[in-house]
Amino acid sequence: MEKMTNNMQNYNVFVPRIVDNDEPYSSGHRGCVGCGEVLAMRLVAKAIGRNAVVCASTGCMEIISSQFPYNSWKIPWIHTLFENSAAVASGIEAAYKVMARKGKIPSADISVVAMGGDGGTFDIGLQALSGALERGHDFLYVCYDNEAYMNTGVQRSSATPFGASTSTSPAGKRRSGQHAWKKNMPSIAAAHNIPYVATACPSYPYDLMEKVKKGLAVKGPAYIQIYSSCPTGWKCDSADAVKVGRLAVETGAYPMYEIVNGQVNITIPTPEFRPLKEYLEIQRRFRHLTEEDIAVIEERLHKEYRELEEKSKCQNK
Amino acid sequence: MSNKPVGMEVSVALSETIMHCDVDVIAAYPITPQTHIVEHLADLFADGEMDAEYIPVESEHSALSACMGSAAAGARTFTATAAQGLEYMHETLFIASAMRMPIVMAIANRALSAPISVWGDHSDVMAARDTGWISIFAENGQETVDLAIMSFRIAEDHKVLLPVFLNLDGFHLSHMIEPVLIPSREEVKAFLPEHIYPAPLHPSKPVAMGECAGPNIYTEAKKQQWEVLEKSIDIIRQVFADFGKQFGREYHLVEEYKVEGAKTLLLTMGSYSETAMTCVDKMRAQGKKVGLIRLRCFRPFPFDDLRKVVKNADTLIVLDRSLVMGGPGGPVMSEVRSALFGRKGMPKVSGIVGGLGGRDITVEDFEKIYDLGEKLANDQSREFAMYGVKE
Repeated sequence: MEKMTNNMQNYNVFVPRIVDNDEPYSSGHRGCVGCGEVLAMRLVAKAIGRNAVVCASTGCMEIISSQFPYNSWKIPWIHTLFENSAAVASGIEAAYKVMARKGKIPSADISVVAMGGDGGTFDIGLQALSGALERGHDFLYVCYDNEAYMNTGVQRSSATPFGASTSTSPAGKRRSGQHAWKKNMPSIAAAHNIPYVATACPSYPYDLMEKVKKGLAVKGPAYIQIYSSCPTGWKCDSADAVKVGRLAVETGAYPMYEIVNGQVNITIPTPEFRPLKEYLEIQRRFRHLTEEDIAVIEERLHKEYRELEEKSKCQNK
Repeated sequence: MSNKPVGMEVSVALSETIMHCDVDVIAAYPITPQTHIVEHLADLFADGEMDAEYIPVESEHSALSACMGSAAAGARTFTATAAQGLEYMHETLFIASAMRMPIVMAIANRALSAPISVWGDHSDVMAARDTGWISIFAENGQETVDLAIMSFRIAEDHKVLLPVFLNLDGFHLSHMIEPVLIPSREEVKAFLPEHIYPAPLHPSKPVAMGECAGPNIYTEAKKQQWEVLEKSIDIIRQVFADFGKQFGREYHLVEEYKVEGAKTLLLTMGSYSETAMTCVDKMRAQGKKVGLIRLRCFRPFPFDDLRKVVKNADTLIVLDRSLVMGGPGGPVMSEVRSALFGRKGMPKVSGIVGGLGGRDITVEDFEKIYDLGEKLANDQSREFAMYGVKE
């Protein structure tokens, strides 16, 4: 305990030196208590800073931050639709380029950041995102992945993990929750040959902010997918936003890595996995799973992690 | 500008005009019969003749989405589409207008599937008529060029700030080679001032666009939008007048042709109006008291202007090139009837639907349409008639 207190004191010394005090995303929003996603968004906002424009998809983060006449954003912000934020961002980026060239604005050096949830990214917005990545616009796309359509009441998406019970993949007498495996969206993004792809989690705030800065620094598109816990949808304790994220990484359920110009680097290596059960048992979306179900999921997650590790090793030889 | 018209495909003439308007961003997805417009713009971009950004998007939905991003950033923005493309961007149309984005979109009007048809009619824009866009119709190549320039000036006027549909009939107009005068860059510049969007997205002055509105404010937001669109009619009229002063070509919300003394009037929109004018000449020569009304501006609907022009006629026949399924026939007729209903001294309105999916309407056909329309005016047994259907 004493050791921990000492660490916290050190935090007070070091944190202000490595993290800007400025909060481009302000408190007073309408997020649920214990929302891991808004925690992630606040960190993203700190990392992108003020010389930026945010282009939001419809979803939890848009709704909670923009109830007219209030708005939590201190940087320019636009929302139009659910599935098109990547396309809107491409229009903004193009406009800045040509207007700077024609002398209508001083410079095109403005960070354009599109944001959406997993539904707006993995499902309905996939086409617009693919188009924007393929065309090579200089922008960052941030996907806040809370693994279902939380804004409309916890319906399954293609980001919902195998076995999770949602309102449209409920655990019943004949089926036990989501029956498909989570779509590998970072691989899909990387297949566009973009310079930067990463996964992140607000339980590792420095890693997250570092990745956002890297994504903004590269020329061309970057994709960052952020694990975002949802106490409302996952039915976990609202005090556990950080804990559940740590467990997701430590059990191998949500590996932290980046793909830089095609090269995979595991940024938070997990040499020894904690039992997956520790992660699943604190979320009631998984409570119907049997020991056998858990074993199947665990085997698959470990295999996926080993494959990632293998890629990383091969490429780093 | 040379004073001598040059023979040119209308799509090409429109693209050259867009270049002269100093457009900043073009985002478009190809669809027949709009393709020649976006292809020629791509050529101008590739040759470096046009200092713009050309975003070759992966769908029409993204085309208008990218245009919204561009317009929100304050850039002069153009796109073009037709038929299924317009329907694919349908939900985005409402947002572009409600968020006051001055985008100009050319529509090479085409029939809607199914059955699939690449040929022209007005089904596409009529399905988008209530999306809050200004909707203007061109009849020939010169009008397409002129109205393109005026569309930017109307859209970008700070009292308007609304998007504009510039309608040109697919193939019947888009693919015709016609004599056109394209105003030079300097002439356009003198008419079309630099676009300054009042509150663009820029870090120097953060703004939020596209907030959630609860029941406490949604109604007020929609009323405000309706008022702006309704009032834009005065700006459109003024822009038409200013254009006439500078270029000597007159435009009106409701165009008249031999209306004086006419007992029977026909109302058309788009390129078929030119054939109808030839028909009026022929019928007038035979001593028949007929005239023609061409509706230039469908949204905002020019209620007063229309009433003024038609008030002395007995019958007003409206030719619609689209069909309202399960409704009163054609959408234009429905609007016209509503504009005149219950007012003293107004003509009877006959609705005729024809020219669907590229079906030609010739001068002889128009003569028959006048006859049919006159009969229909006193026939209470049906709401409308379809012209030229093979039975």
